[in-house]
Amino acid sequence: MSEKRKYMTVPRESATFDRSTMSEIRRAADTGIYDIRGAGAKRKLPHFDDLLFLGASVSRYPLEGYREKCNTSVTLGDRFAKKPIELDIPITIAGMSFGALSAYAKEALGRGASAVGTSTTTGDGGMTEEERGQSTKLVYQYLPSRYGMNPDDLRKADAIEVVLGQGAKPGGGGMLLGQKITDRVAKMRTLPKGVDQRSACRHPDWTGPDDLEVKLRELREITDWQVPIYIKVGATRTYYDVKLAVKAGADVIVVDGMQGGTAATQDVFIEHVGIPTMAAIPQAVQALQEMGMHRKVQLIVSGGIRNGADVAKCMALGADAVAIGTAAMIALGDNDPKWEEEYQKLGSTAGSYDDWHEGRDPAGISTQDPELMKRFDPVEGGRRLANYLRVLTLEAQTLARACGKNDLRNLEPEDLVALTVESAAMARVPLAGTSWVPGQHNF
Amino acid sequence: MTTNNLAENTAVETVAGVGTVDLAKSSVRSLNQALHDQHDQMAITQWEVLNPKGQHNLAVGLDAKLKVDIRGHAGYYCAGMNKEAEVTVHGNTGQGVAENMMSGVVRIKGSASSAAGATAHGGLLVIEGDAGSRCGISMKGADIVVRGNVGHMSCFMAQAGTLVVCGDAGEALGDSLYEVHIYVKGSVKSLGADCIEKEMRPEHIEELTELFERAGMDDQDPRDFKRYGSARQLYNFKVDNAGAY
Ligand SMILES: Cc1cc2nc3c(=O)[nH]c(=O)nc-3n(C[C@H](O)[C@H](O)[C@H](O)COP(=O)(O)O)c2cc1C
Repeated sequence: MSEKRKYMTVPRESATFDRSTMSEIRRAADTGIYDIRGAGAKRKLPHFDDLLFLGASVSRYPLEGYREKCNTSVTLGDRFAKKPIELDIPITIAGMSFGALSAYAKEALGRGASAVGTSTTTGDGGMTEEERGQSTKLVYQYLPSRYGMNPDDLRKADAIEVVLGQGAKPGGGGMLLGQKITDRVAKMRTLPKGVDQRSACRHPDWTGPDDLEVKLRELREITDWQVPIYIKVGATRTYYDVKLAVKAGADVIVVDGMQGGTAATQDVFIEHVGIPTMAAIPQAVQALQEMGMHRKVQLIVSGGIRNGADVAKCMALGADAVAIGTAAMIALGDNDPKWEEEYQKLGSTAGSYDDWHEGRDPAGISTQDPELMKRFDPVEGGRRLANYLRVLTLEAQTLARACGKNDLRNLEPEDLVALTVESAAMARVPLAGTSWVPGQHNF
Repeated sequence: MTTNNLAENTAVETVAGVGTVDLAKSSVRSLNQALHDQHDQMAITQWEVLNPKGQHNLAVGLDAKLKVDIRGHAGYYCAGMNKEAEVTVHGNTGQGVAENMMSGVVRIKGSASSAAGATAHGGLLVIEGDAGSRCGISMKGADIVVRGNVGHMSCFMAQAGTLVVCGDAGEALGDSLYEVHIYVKGSVKSLGADCIEKEMRPEHIEELTELFERAGMDDQDPRDFKRYGSARQLYNFKVDNAGAY
């Protein structure tokens, strides 16, 4: 008979081998293939929550909320294009492919964006009629895969976004697994139905930055220099990439940080490649300023933007506008607790569901299944997205007015402080309560 | 000699109904604008481009049944995204000739650099000399006929259409291809992942015969060619293929 002990250590989980890590080891051992999933980095990263605004007081004076105007409009692409894009709010919808999302979801994005005077963006998979029809301002992506690429759609676009990379997977291409390659998707991409499609990570007809310059001119020639050309990069060596993109002739640069969502890629890619959005912005702004191009070539930032504070912080760090992907999907109804029972059946839970590549999204958004798609109403989805975009705008304006700014773009790094040493170093603003900017001043 | 004021483009001179743009005197921009203007007007359907001297982006984005002769060498992306037009280059071309072509015919009298016909969705590209690496990369339905050789990685990830090589093919032909048809008369240095030799059946002889006719190459015998295509082993992720991804 064993003696009953009085003191016992409670079972302790390893911080290194935590439950999620161990379950992944078991899954890998079971299947022999890496984990593919959607969404962005899930680990904790230095982010905009680590920054705070210094509201006005004696040394600065604030603007009156609701009374004094705070401009939110922005013009994108007036460097070379005859018809730059005029946005009423500086929050755009990022490129998400038809294929990854249903045609109704794409339509809803167009409806929501148009209702508040902003733009939406196609994706890897071409332009759909639903989307063009409902989007007053549509940015057409020019991707390595060139699925569905054609000069007619190119001329229908209000801007062209040449995609060199995404924050979720800089250096990687796209994936769309067989379940989502329905007849319509297969036709638009010229692929056999049901294949596990890998889209290229590199453009097929140019390699270095000098080639890119010629490529941009080709696109301008084809569209008679009418519309702006953006270049989108995943955040890695942002300082150099931005310089090269400006040199290549971009009107607008889109920098997508590592928190940025994706429809599908390897988990190892999402979590281990790229730099946080907050760290990328000052690099991009420095590059633009050194070239005398800040505000002349506009900067759009994306990757983990959730609320008006994130928008205002991006702008204070020097962005001209932001783009949202994941948040827009959530606004439409993705990961809504009302589908909890079904998320459970898929081995997930509302809020954590990221198997968008499997095409079984209970919310009917990241799917091509006709039955699931029917659950999603594009008119209602559009209304919800427009509401959400309005809230982001009001929140950003609230913060700008508190800092005494009558235009969101008048926010500046001087309005910010950081809560942690890391975020102070990355955002290049002082640690709160000090005048210390790590990495900039001697300590 | 009259100046064509229809296009309000002073770069254009019309000689006996043929629009002529001399790139020694005018810009690539004015050339392309003049050609694009024909989409609505169709005032001049025959075009001569003089002194191209390897300039990039010549005759890109055409969208009308024009006949354009480029008298000399062209740089990158010549006839890019072509629709309907018939563009002939009396010289060599740089990278990405006829990239993303939709329809029409592009003919290169000399040789073409890398990525000829990249991602092209339709139309016919004829290269009378050799083509560099990645010929027909990621193509989506066009037909490409090369009288000479093609370089390495030709038809990489090619999805649909036909590549015919009357000479030899370089390394990794058809790597990770989908449903494109590849025919080679000469040697193939090596085949890429998932690309295999396939049986030549009567319908393939027919396909080639018709293609040679369209390409104006009546000295080729389809029976001399071998056919290559996808083994379709990499279409869906399988653990056993991990080494090939
Ligand atoms: C479902 C989904 C599909 C996407 N598809 C594309 C795409 O086709 N092309 C592209 O450049 N980026 C794509 N992205 C990335 C977004 O354009 C954007 O960079 C990212 O979502 C921004 O970060 P956020 O999701 O944190 O807002 C996709 C993102 C999601 C969530």
